[in-house]
Amino acid sequence: MAKKQQEAFFTPIGLENSTNGKVEKSVDLPEPTEKSHKDLDLSDDDVLSMYEQMYLQRRFEERAMQMYQKGKFGGFLHLYIGQEAVSTGTVFALNDDDDIITAYRDHGWGLVRGVTPKEGMAELFGKETGCSKGKGGSMHFAKVENHFWGGYGIVGGHIPIGGGIAFANKYQENDRVTACFFGDGAVDQGALHETLNMSQLWSLPCIYVVENNGYSMGTSARRHTVNEIHERSKGYGMKSAVFNGMDVFTVYENMRKIAEEVRKDSKPWFVEIRTYRYRGHSMSDPQKYRSKEELEEYQKTDPVERLKKYIIDKKVAGKKKIEEIEERIEEEVLEAIDYAEDSPFPENEALFEDMYADEPHFHDRDDFKGF
Amino acid sequence: MAELQFREAIREAIDEEMDRDERVFIMGEEVAEYNGAYKVTEGMLDKYGFRRVIDTPISELGFAGIGVGAAMNGLRPIVEFMTFNFAVLAADQIINHASKARYMLGGQLDIPIVFRGPNASAGQLGATHSVAYDSMYAQFPGMSVIYPSEPDDAKGLLKSAIRNNDTVLFMESEQMYGMKGEVSEEEDYIIPIGKAKVKREGDDVTIVASGKMYHIAKQAADQLEKDGVEAEIIDPRTIKPLDIETIIESVKKTNRCVIVDEAHPFGGLAAEAGFLIQRDAFDYLDAPVRRVTLPDVSAPFSKSLFDLWLPDAKQVIQAVNSVTYRG
Repeated sequence: MAKKQQEAFFTPIGLENSTNGKVEKSVDLPEPTEKSHKDLDLSDDDVLSMYEQMYLQRRFEERAMQMYQKGKFGGFLHLYIGQEAVSTGTVFALNDDDDIITAYRDHGWGLVRGVTPKEGMAELFGKETGCSKGKGGSMHFAKVENHFWGGYGIVGGHIPIGGGIAFANKYQENDRVTACFFGDGAVDQGALHETLNMSQLWSLPCIYVVENNGYSMGTSARRHTVNEIHERSKGYGMKSAVFNGMDVFTVYENMRKIAEEVRKDSKPWFVEIRTYRYRGHSMSDPQKYRSKEELEEYQKTDPVERLKKYIIDKKVAGKKKIEEIEERIEEEVLEAIDYAEDSPFPENEALFEDMYADEPHFHDRDDFKGF
Repeated sequence: MAELQFREAIREAIDEEMDRDERVFIMGEEVAEYNGAYKVTEGMLDKYGFRRVIDTPISELGFAGIGVGAAMNGLRPIVEFMTFNFAVLAADQIINHASKARYMLGGQLDIPIVFRGPNASAGQLGATHSVAYDSMYAQFPGMSVIYPSEPDDAKGLLKSAIRNNDTVLFMESEQMYGMKGEVSEEEDYIIPIGKAKVKREGDDVTIVASGKMYHIAKQAADQLEKDGVEAEIIDPRTIKPLDIETIIESVKKTNRCVIVDEAHPFGGLAAEAGFLIQRDAFDYLDAPVRRVTLPDVSAPFSKSLFDLWLPDAKQVIQAVNSVTYRG
């Protein structure tokens, strides 16, 4: 066998996938909706509020990145930058008591579901004032009282939990819809398939959403999974959709329609929202798997800039109003940084708190000489 | 007192708790229409219907995780595994999620879930169906691990487990489901988690054994009695939290200890209890603590090898003879 053929036969990705240096988009974005905010029953204030939310997520994370680079905190930092339309459009589409759960790229979700910038930044800094009291960090933002069940760190591991939250809602007949988000990398996990099967079998009121942001860590979808992701629903007889995630109105329109249907007939959906992640998988990712040109191509569809342009073009508000919002948010984020810096680390005793709901039992605690 | 099979005692506990609390439901492979792979849930579907007695596909990770999510969101699931040997497939949900989510979200939610099913080996089932997992799960904070040896303990402890607001692993021995024993008829019979029981009193040696191993220890103690050795048997009943105080108290009286553990030797209950005894009762010991465990090999199929593999009364007697310097 010739060497090249041999390689083609044995290499898992196959030589036909080689791009020879050519830019090949990792994810194809479907067309966004052409509807205006008024067509979607959104008021001018709603649109400004959406912009505020998206801008907050963007600035919060840009500042978080700076703080990370300055060594203000450690751990992993997976940024959501580029995907803000998904979280924002979804939260506006759902009721406030609908349930949301996501994976480790969770800052945007937390902020739009009521984790304040202060609580969020303090969590990144590992401070006791953080939303998870500094016990979770970047990957485990949560605000359970607002039906945001948190970010989870095992790829695909929280998908059955999302199904379980929906199961409990159905059991309690409370009409709530659950939206369970995960990245495209999670579609290769058995947890997803087991959960989709049971969800369809038991008619669980849950929307399973793949945020296909182009890469599972450093491996593009075409190299980590077969066929179109959204078509996987067919095997389970599940309703599905695929749409653009760089446009907040598109996300809003589709998620609202789907949530209404789920609320009506309690049948699960499998949704692929195509979006793009601007930053690396985490801060330690040199991003050698993609070109600068590819990134720039997607940045032309930036969700924050797109909404800003819409607001100005459609005269929802003037430039001055936008500037006011941006300045206010910038200030809020800077205040959050000061707050996080000034907040105390958890007391030593907190090490042993929150482990048990009932009578705590720590094996051999007397031998623990930490303090 | 009523005489019940082990499976009947477990069923009574589940039934009483489901009757008492609408939030309690049971899910697992074959729990509903088949009436339970080991008939623990016999009749439950007729009584409670498909909403609360739920057959699952063979998807351990998936249904364990659905249980975890349901527990987070206000329900109190009992998740049955056909055996804990298969629950390894769901270990991510049990270890990474059920027992950790409360802590990592800063105490924002509770996860009141019970995972239960047969633990360890039956006869000649080969290497993948014969592992005792109680010690392995006990390694992780946030969960309780219960391994009762008698129907009475099973009933009282399972009711506690279902009412507990944290993750509980409730292990039953496949070989014990048909075993009969007296069970309290007290209304709402509860045994607190984490209390060992002195099941036999004696002055000469302490034998620590739970679950199926308790019955091995009992056989050994009966034989030893004929030889004039009075063994005290402590059944921890819950592997975690481990009631080491009761064990230490007994060792201070008998000055000798043998621990019988159905797990492999490395890092199991025997290793842990042995360490704590030498630390807390060193001056009382008249001999080094001995343990009887599985050997550090997987379960063989062949009858002759399997019998050799599983701890038996003869090994326990040998260990007692060693700590009493009688042989």
